[in-house]
Amino acid sequence: MATWKEETQNLAGSDLVMIRGGSGKPLLVLHDELGYTGWMSWNEELAKDRELIIPLQPGYGKSPRQDWMWRHRDLANYYLNVIRELGLEKPDVLAFSAGGYTAAEMAAANPELLGSITLVGPMGIKPDEGEIFDIFACTIKTCLRETVFNYEAKEFSEIYGGEMSAEQFELFEDARAESARIGWEPYMFNPSLPDLLRSAKNAKLPTLLIRGSEDAIVPQDCIRKYHDALPQADIVTIKGTGHRPEIEDSAEFVAAVKHFLA
Amino acid sequence: MQIAHFTERPVRYIDEAPVLQNRAFFGVSNSYVDREKSADDYNFYLDEACYVEEVGFDAIAMNEHHGNPFCSGNVVNIEAAILARITSKAKIVIIGNMLPGVKHPLRVAEELATIDTISRGRLVSGWVRGAGSEQFFNNANPAYNREMFNEAHQFILDCWTKDGPWRYEGKHFHYRHVNPWVKPYQEMPQQWIPGVLSAETVMWCAEKQYPYLGLGTALGPTCDLWDMYADKSAELGYQAGPENFGYLLPIFCADTDEKAQELGKGFIFGGGQNAFSRPEHTLPPGYNSKSAIRMLGQQPGGSWLGVSKDKLMAGADDSWDASAYDALKGKLIAGYEKGQDNMQIVVGSPETCAQKIKDILAVIRPGVFTCFAVQGNVSDKDRLRSVELLGKEVLPDIRKFADEIGLFGPFDRTPGSVRLAPGTKRAPVVDREALAKLNLP
Repeated sequence: MATWKEETQNLAGSDLVMIRGGSGKPLLVLHDELGYTGWMSWNEELAKDRELIIPLQPGYGKSPRQDWMWRHRDLANYYLNVIRELGLEKPDVLAFSAGGYTAAEMAAANPELLGSITLVGPMGIKPDEGEIFDIFACTIKTCLRETVFNYEAKEFSEIYGGEMSAEQFELFEDARAESARIGWEPYMFNPSLPDLLRSAKNAKLPTLLIRGSEDAIVPQDCIRKYHDALPQADIVTIKGTGHRPEIEDSAEFVAAVKHFLA
Repeated sequence: MQIAHFTERPVRYIDEAPVLQNRAFFGVSNSYVDREKSADDYNFYLDEACYVEEVGFDAIAMNEHHGNPFCSGNVVNIEAAILARITSKAKIVIIGNMLPGVKHPLRVAEELATIDTISRGRLVSGWVRGAGSEQFFNNANPAYNREMFNEAHQFILDCWTKDGPWRYEGKHFHYRHVNPWVKPYQEMPQQWIPGVLSAETVMWCAEKQYPYLGLGTALGPTCDLWDMYADKSAELGYQAGPENFGYLLPIFCADTDEKAQELGKGFIFGGGQNAFSRPEHTLPPGYNSKSAIRMLGQQPGGSWLGVSKDKLMAGADDSWDASAYDALKGKLIAGYEKGQDNMQIVVGSPETCAQKIKDILAVIRPGVFTCFAVQGNVSDKDRLRSVELLGKEVLPDIRKFADEIGLFGPFDRTPGSVRLAPGTKRAPVVDREALAKLNLP
């Protein structure tokens, strides 16, 4: 078992709580709009030859909320400054859902600072067909039900099984509130992002797009539009999984990420 | 005391089944809109308001909601503007303009000033944050709801009091040329704030010296909240009194108790107030304060808690059949009876209504009392008869009682005008002995 620890550093003007574990070339991990779910088997696998640095997004209960952050673009630029202040050399970025949106904004703002981006079910670009599922117009219960396709996945029940504690409920609500604050309108996309990604396209930033074949949150067309903006991207579809392929089929997920990062 | 009449102006031609099946009013498809019947309803409600004034109510209170047939008032300022012209004496009480949802406070400032000017100073302007569902309908970011509310409110007051032109660069609103060429007819219209037991709103009202209107809230918690208001007032150096408090109560009056009981079931039409919107629309993310969320999370067995696999799948079945309908109706009838037992709904003959209202007034001692008219498919004739009986038979009785127990309204005594020296113990604002005597369940 890799050792991981939670630490707080004052970075880019505010305290940031981070989970750090493993050793090797740094892999910056951006969690999704519901917050960090804990150290899972995929973390463990990737941490065998990588140092995982997982910032807990400001406003999600642990890292203090930053009043100046209005958009994912602001969060992205904050994280770029975090990379600079941590002295990370072209870290790879692995990002999930709304975290993928943030990572794409980072790539658009400064592709030269990054080694690669892996976007898993990324929000951030408006699809021409379908719509990004509105996680704000449903209860947590409905949201989780829509998020996962493979309910039999072992880690699904580990994360979400049993009764939700009052503390967990509060963390969910913190996450949802902060997600709304920066992503309410337009809902979880930036109309400028496809054009802004020209910088990452020109820089030929290595990119991997991963999507669960049964993803009910982010439509297939989002992946197509990301690929239009970043034609150098590889695409991996993980069959029989929804919006959480990393826990629904962690073996396939880890294999795809390791292959890309190798 | 000021006595007002309030109605949601319910859409009366819709069947109950689509509302029940939707499990809420919010979200029922507008494919059910009947243009002709809608025109009838809108015009009737304006006529009803004129009759409210004619039979002796002091004020006509109205509100707005969006995207549901619970309330046909979508843009309350338009109806209020019509009433400004076609009525002559009654205060026009808007409870209220949902500032974060409108997103254009300069426009609201102009609209309200126009209403006050046409009515020659009869506007009472209430402010609301808007229900959770309103944030979805208006695409207003719920996480900024209170910030936008506070900023818009102050901006409107500035529009009414500062000579222009001036420039405004705020956080959520920006105007490069503020110079509205209409000002309220009154130097400053009174502002009454409706609420359903939000402690934050109550404290805000106490700070601003605005009357707080409890919207049919249970009497015990209402007493608690008004004590909170009064404690804050005392801290700020004034004695809160009836002029600081209002209460809105569902009331339906008919010639006999039996008839009132039957027609009063309109209050539970479609599930009544409790079915205003489904949980996912009632509490959008960021809409509630951190402390309110913490309280919600600690409620055992709350419907928001529990995401085990079984519970996750249980909610996925939205099947609907006759047995589900019957079971739901049974629950609603029980709720109707419970509401009357708790004195949160009053229906009956004039004598019955008057006695219950007096019992309530004795406990919570409001200076504003608002009769919330029946919901559901109640005919023009029966609604107007209720207004008539209330105005001609009930109101004189409760006015006399209010005078006897010293219930000053905000137009009788300016809220905040009774000063309290530092360190002085404040006087009670509610009568808990009277509450105990009611033996509420």
